[in-house]
Amino acid sequence: MIFVTVGTDQPFDRMVRVIDSWAAERGRTDIFAQIGEGGWEPQAFPYANYLSPPDFMERFRQARVIVAHAGMGTILSALHHGKPILVMPKKASLGEQRNEHQLATARRLNEMGKIHVAFDEAELRVKLDHLDEMIAKDSIAPFASPGLIDGLRGFIHQEARA
Amino acid sequence: MITKKPKVLAISSGGGHWVQLLRLRPAFDGADVVYATVKSEYRLDVGDAEFRVIHDGNRFQKIALLKSAISIAFILLVEKPDLVISTGAAPGYFAVRFGKLLGMKTIWVDSVANADELSMSGQKAGECVDLWLTQWPHLAKEGGPSFFGSVIS
Repeated sequence: MIFVTVGTDQPFDRMVRVIDSWAAERGRTDIFAQIGEGGWEPQAFPYANYLSPPDFMERFRQARVIVAHAGMGTILSALHHGKPILVMPKKASLGEQRNEHQLATARRLNEMGKIHVAFDEAELRVKLDHLDEMIAKDSIAPFASPGLIDGLRGFIHQEARA
Repeated sequence: MITKKPKVLAISSGGGHWVQLLRLRPAFDGADVVYATVKSEYRLDVGDAEFRVIHDGNRFQKIALLKSAISIAFILLVEKPDLVISTGAAPGYFAVRFGKLLGMKTIWVDSVANADELSMSGQKAGECVDLWLTQWPHLAKEGGPSFFGSVIS
């Protein structure tokens, strides 16, 4: 199962349209998408505008691979559950976001070897054909790095004594 | 000497900010923690821990932002935490800003999604937090945020 998500209520037509035409062309029906409100409605596979957190988690668990916007919540969930994830960053230059942080996130995490990235529609189209071979990158620990956890805990207890 | 358990308000908006806040949970060991965020469904994520719901808002929706600010001020006044910690975004900024005014210690952990520059709320939060953190080593600097680590480990 392929789980497609745009993460929020903002649609991401640029991504969903490519996946829709790819699915129709390849006869893929093993797809479910969460597409946000008021955007392009896929013809080739079922979708929901919004999923409650438990429904989202269930779709996530059932998926073999995730295709998503480069939102940090979705990326962290994929890394945590050891699911392969292909992201396409939303761009502020196209009015899809308020700033280019998704582009920055995608670039950095791509360099760190944590995620698969398609930076535009053409690259997405190519990478969709390789989705079935895509494997998860290294999964992550359930919590933040020890440096961050210990540093915060130390600060909390030191300030509480002060 | 009797040391009382510190009380922590851990607060954020939804989506990635909330997922990151949850990844900090072991940092609250030994403290009484109250979680606050924008969706009541997120209650399931924190088990038996104390949980409050705030109004959501961003800097492009003035009325929602005002409602958000009021709901956050209310929680701070009722809960009276010793420390306020946030991973963003606008609601987190209000929380550390008001928390500081009320004499609480404040911590800002800028979202790991801000890989090239701090978020707008993260920049502003720098002026009113006792501990100002980025999750990217290349963004840490003298007079700016520090780097302790990341939610991605």
